[in-house]
Amino acid sequence: MSQTLLHAEYPVEAEDYTCAGEASADIKRKLKQLGVSSNVLRRVAVASYEVELNLVIHSEGGALTLEVTPEQVTLISRDRGPGIPNLELAMREGWSTASETARSLGFGAGMGLPNMKRNADTFAIDSTVGEGTTIEMGFRLA
Amino acid sequence: MTIQELIPLIEAVNKTPQADLGREVLCGYTCDLLSWVMGHGQEGMAWVTVQTHMNVIAVALLSDMACVIMPENIEMEQESLDKAQAEGMCVLMSPLSGYEICGRMHASGIPDKE
Repeated sequence: MSQTLLHAEYPVEAEDYTCAGEASADIKRKLKQLGVSSNVLRRVAVASYEVELNLVIHSEGGALTLEVTPEQVTLISRDRGPGIPNLELAMREGWSTASETARSLGFGAGMGLPNMKRNADTFAIDSTVGEGTTIEMGFRLA
Repeated sequence: MTIQELIPLIEAVNKTPQADLGREVLCGYTCDLLSWVMGHGQEGMAWVTVQTHMNVIAVALLSDMACVIMPENIEMEQESLDKAQAEGMCVLMSPLSGYEICGRMHASGIPDKE
C-alpha cells in the first residue's frame, strides 16, 4: 500500500443546493496545499463538483471520500439510494432525470456522469436500485 | 486584457470591491446551463450568465475563471456576492445584453475558449 497523504470525508445532503459545492471547494483547497498540479487540480475540481451535485440532485444523501497518495488522487461517492435503473442511459450526454428545482438553477443538462468520466483517469460506477450508487474516480499524480 | 480594462469596455460596475482587477481575462463565454459550463469552463474566462445563485460562484471558482458578468443590469443575490467576495471571485454587472457584451469582448481581441 502506498502512503496516504490525505484522507477526508464529506457528508452531502439531498436537495441542499445552498451548500452544494462546499465539499468540492474544500477538496480543491486541500489538493492545492499539497502542491497538486493545476491540470489535475482542475480535473478533480470539475469531477468532484459534478459528483457532489449528483448527490444533491439525485440521491437520498451520501458522502464523498477523498484519498491522496503520492501516486494518485481517489474520489469516491457513496449514496443511500435510490440507485440508477439504467446505467447506459445515465452515462449518455443530455439524458437527465433532474427535478424542476435543479433545472431552474441551471443543472440537469445530463452532462454530469459523462463529464466525470472525461475528467478522471479511471472511472467506475456501480448501482443497485433500492440500495444506492458508488462512483470511484482516480486521477494520476505520477 | 485585464478585468480593469474590461470594465469600461462593457460599461460595467464591479460588484466585488475586493477582487483583483489586475487579473488577465484569457477568454470569453456565455451560457446559463451550469452543468454545461462545468464541462467548458476555463482558467481566466470571463463568463456572461443571467443566473444569480450561489452555485454560479462555485462553478466560476472551480474553473478558476477571471470574472462573472451579469448582463442587462441583473442584480446578483447578496449571498452570492458575499461568497464571491470571500473567495476572491470578481462579479461585474453591465447594462448591455449578453450578445453585446460578447460582441465587444470578441472585437477587442478576447478569444473564444479553446
